[in-house]
Amino acid sequence: MADGIIEIDDSHFEADVIKAQQPVLVDFWAPWCGPCRAMAPVLEELHGSFGDRIKIMKCNVDDNPVTPAKFEIKSIPTLIFFKNGKVFEQVIGITTKSKLEDTLKKML
Amino acid sequence: MKQFDHDLVIIGGGPAGLTAGLYAARARLNTLLVEKIVPGGQILVTDWVENYPGFPEGLAGAELVQRMTDQAKRFNLPIESNEVLSLDLSQPIKKIRLSDREILAPAIIIASGASPKRIGVPGEDKFYGRGVSFCGTCDGPFFKNKVVAAVGGGDTAVQESQYLTKFARKVYLIHRRDKLRAAKILQERALANEKIEIVWDSVITAIEGQKDVESIQLQNRKTGETTSLPVDGCFIWIGITPNTEFLGDAVRCDDYGFIEANAHMETSVPGVYAAGDVRNTPLRQIATAVGDAAIAVSSAEHYLENLTL
Repeated sequence: MADGIIEIDDSHFEADVIKAQQPVLVDFWAPWCGPCRAMAPVLEELHGSFGDRIKIMKCNVDDNPVTPAKFEIKSIPTLIFFKNGKVFEQVIGITTKSKLEDTLKKML
Repeated sequence: MKQFDHDLVIIGGGPAGLTAGLYAARARLNTLLVEKIVPGGQILVTDWVENYPGFPEGLAGAELVQRMTDQAKRFNLPIESNEVLSLDLSQPIKKIRLSDREILAPAIIIASGASPKRIGVPGEDKFYGRGVSFCGTCDGPFFKNKVVAAVGGGDTAVQESQYLTKFARKVYLIHRRDKLRAAKILQERALANEKIEIVWDSVITAIEGQKDVESIQLQNRKTGETTSLPVDGCFIWIGITPNTEFLGDAVRCDDYGFIEANAHMETSVPGVYAAGDVRNTPLRQIATAVGDAAIAVSSAEHYLENLTL
């Protein structure tokens, strides 16, 4: 996949994540968060390897206050895995690529 | 025919690992650096580094990591994202078991670092990510105009409490003794900061709330008195514990689990070195980690030169 990870905003969250056909992984991040920036290349790699089978998106918590509040996020990076519009799993803090891969495979 | 995959395998990609990688790559050793998550280690979560020489204005921990990574990569250091599961050091050619394969190398530098220590009180795990945090730069901004507790008395606790006051309207610094251990300059700043109130001689006995942190239970170690302090968050900086799960009893460690290594960074096993926070060292700083790493590579080079297989 040539395209990078798409940013999602509050107004499109329902349509792009909750009503998505395929499973979705949303990375809640902010520019001031060092670990979030460090995780970014890992997510890009996963995005590349899973292609269209799983949507991987990111949500900037500074620009989008509504969605992080709805999921009561108080720590970033937080990664939420959605399947059929429901939270499948939630991972707080940086984590290994292989653990993320395992969860993504479980959602397929 | 070569009997091994790499001359040197470096375990861990924090400041020690990246520096070892830089030196090893420049020494033209066939090196592989294995990092479990992403390069950086604990400095990734350090808001601001101002005691690492060469950066007079200071810089963000994440920025310093990026620079160290770029520098190592400039000399073509391969960095692999993989987990070391175990080591077999019984032969001169050591076996390193990764999540997907086994690799062989005569020399290993262990630079796997350390992780924040947990207090071990009720509520600590339950509220992780719901008010309990080990990372001020990650989570501080979620506590705008809130009241938070910070636990500890060393450099990290005192510096990060200062950082939290950028967001929180009040920071209670909970410390078990009657004086802080942090560097004097950090203490002076904290004591001068009106938003920081130090709660002396006290330990946390529980973290409580419904869905999120609402209060902490404190016990005064001198009087024995127990109080409840309403807070929205609780940041824990009480020290570190070494990342050595993969090690078993392969090398000798001290009573706290830190690897014993001498001034040459040699461990109890020839050809195996330790560098940085994972080592039993009197000081754990970026500056000491990079020094350890340079020495470790130099020792590994000598070892490899004299190795007869």
